[in-house]
Amino acid sequence: MRLSRKRLAGGLMLAAVAAFALLGPLHGADPLRQNLSDALLPPGGAHPLGTDHLGRDLLARLAAGARLSFGFALLAALAAAVPGTLLGLLAALSGGWTERLLLGLADAVQALPALLLVVLVTAFAPGAFLPLYLGLALALWVEFFRISRNTAAGVLARPQVEAARLLGFGRWHILRRHLWPEVAPLAATLFAFAAGTAVTTIAALAFIGVAARPPVPEWGSMMTELLPYHAEAPLALLLPGMLIFLTVLGLHLLAGRERA
Amino acid sequence: MGALIRLLAGRAAQAVLVALLVGTACFLMVRLLPGDMAYRIAASRYGYDLVDSAAAEAVRRELGLERPWIAQLGAWFTDLARLDLGTSLASGEAVTDALAVQLGHTLLLSVAALLLSLLIGPPLGALAGLRAGGGWDGALLAASAALRALPAFVIGIGLMLWLGVSWDWLPVAGVGGWREVVLPALTLALGLAAASSRVTRDAVAGVVASPFFGFARMKGLSDAAAFRRHGARNAAIPVVAYLGLQLVVLIEGVVVVESLFAWPGIGHALVHAVLGRDIPMVQGTALAMGLLFVTLNALTDLACWALDPRRRHA
Repeated sequence: MRLSRKRLAGGLMLAAVAAFALLGPLHGADPLRQNLSDALLPPGGAHPLGTDHLGRDLLARLAAGARLSFGFALLAALAAAVPGTLLGLLAALSGGWTERLLLGLADAVQALPALLLVVLVTAFAPGAFLPLYLGLALALWVEFFRISRNTAAGVLARPQVEAARLLGFGRWHILRRHLWPEVAPLAATLFAFAAGTAVTTIAALAFIGVAARPPVPEWGSMMTELLPYHAEAPLALLLPGMLIFLTVLGLHLLAGRERA
Repeated sequence: MGALIRLLAGRAAQAVLVALLVGTACFLMVRLLPGDMAYRIAASRYGYDLVDSAAAEAVRRELGLERPWIAQLGAWFTDLARLDLGTSLASGEAVTDALAVQLGHTLLLSVAALLLSLLIGPPLGALAGLRAGGGWDGALLAASAALRALPAFVIGIGLMLWLGVSWDWLPVAGVGGWREVVLPALTLALGLAAASSRVTRDAVAGVVASPFFGFARMKGLSDAAAFRRHGARNAAIPVVAYLGLQLVVLIEGVVVVESLFAWPGIGHALVHAVLGRDIPMVQGTALAMGLLFVTLNALTDLACWALDPRRRHA
């Protein structure tokens, strides 16, 4: 990974959000504790970023939301990236029925828009996290599969791979020396985009009430809760949106290239 | 002609796949959701206070829930094939009747959003591509990167509070005349334009750098004439092809944006049905959205086919 200025900026944004997530608890406020006499306070004093409509500390809630979004997005992207990439390599290496079967499976998943698929899976248990996580992994693995299979198939057709085969090197050698160096950077780029998609999706679904629900401190559901108070507490509404923006932009910049 | 038929056959297969996926998921939902389905349906009809086991039994017999699951699966897909989507558990209305109304709203919103995005994205992208590397190009790149990092609901809230509340230009929710369409359509269009402007920019920059465009300029055509005669059509192919990919963004956006702006379309109904566990409505709305996605994709295929003569002989 060459460290361009763009990548550096993206990394710094993510580091800032991560630091906020990790240092937030030091402030010591409980993200769920309500105190109605302190509702909608402006920033300052005991509440550095103010409070929401139920008097809950915004700094604590935003930091808890950051831990949730970050951890969740990384886990979901990982759950998509590892099987997706490996199955792509498997398809390219084995060909034949295995490849056709996997390609058919990928087509089946992509017949529906990803968010629709995730909403359908979450319909099994609205408000729970496991279906959301499984649905995202189910929707996102396809892109890893396709990029890894297509790249690997291209590399396998090259003369140097043919030469390695004729020299008697096995599949493991070809996988390690020829396929992996080409596939890994693409999968890494895709990973950053997939994590970004996961952050946006979890926020969007929480916003419409299908995923995380109040009182869970999630950025999207915080915006749902605070929307009616936009006139009294514009900052409280703005901050979760800013954090989503920073995180996703950071991930996109870190990916370092345009999405294929 | 053979290529076109293969293209459309692929889309038809996708439509069947959508129906199978959605149908199976919804059938599983009925079987796997915790609790007694018949009792829950009865409760949503008569209210939790009034429901008893006799009412649940009546519902069970009415919906055939006491039969073995394989018979139920067969009946489920037979109904689906006959386009009998059942009745909403919440309202008792036939799902197809509800969908007919919602589909009109969603189509209006999607078409408005697509047209608006085509008015915003490609012209700005083409301007950037004609002078690739210039200041306008950089500014547009930054703007599109920023827009792509914002989820549709955040863009929507921003527009709602800015144009709807602070400036009080447009109504922030509901449906009625053209004024209600503007905010949700603009929200979707900005997200779409962020992507289509980049694709247009790259396509135009590629055409401008190509030898045939250089030749057209050299033989004396003005910038504008060379672009109109040799550039526009070539640059349009990737832009239209990319529209197909963007349809995912549009359909996904519709779910969220309709909910935000209380737009009574299919996306809004889907979210309501999921929250209310109204499984016939979940199935109907998900099916309608999936098939809308396939249909729009088939239309993009046709547009590409019409634009690019090379595809006709593939």
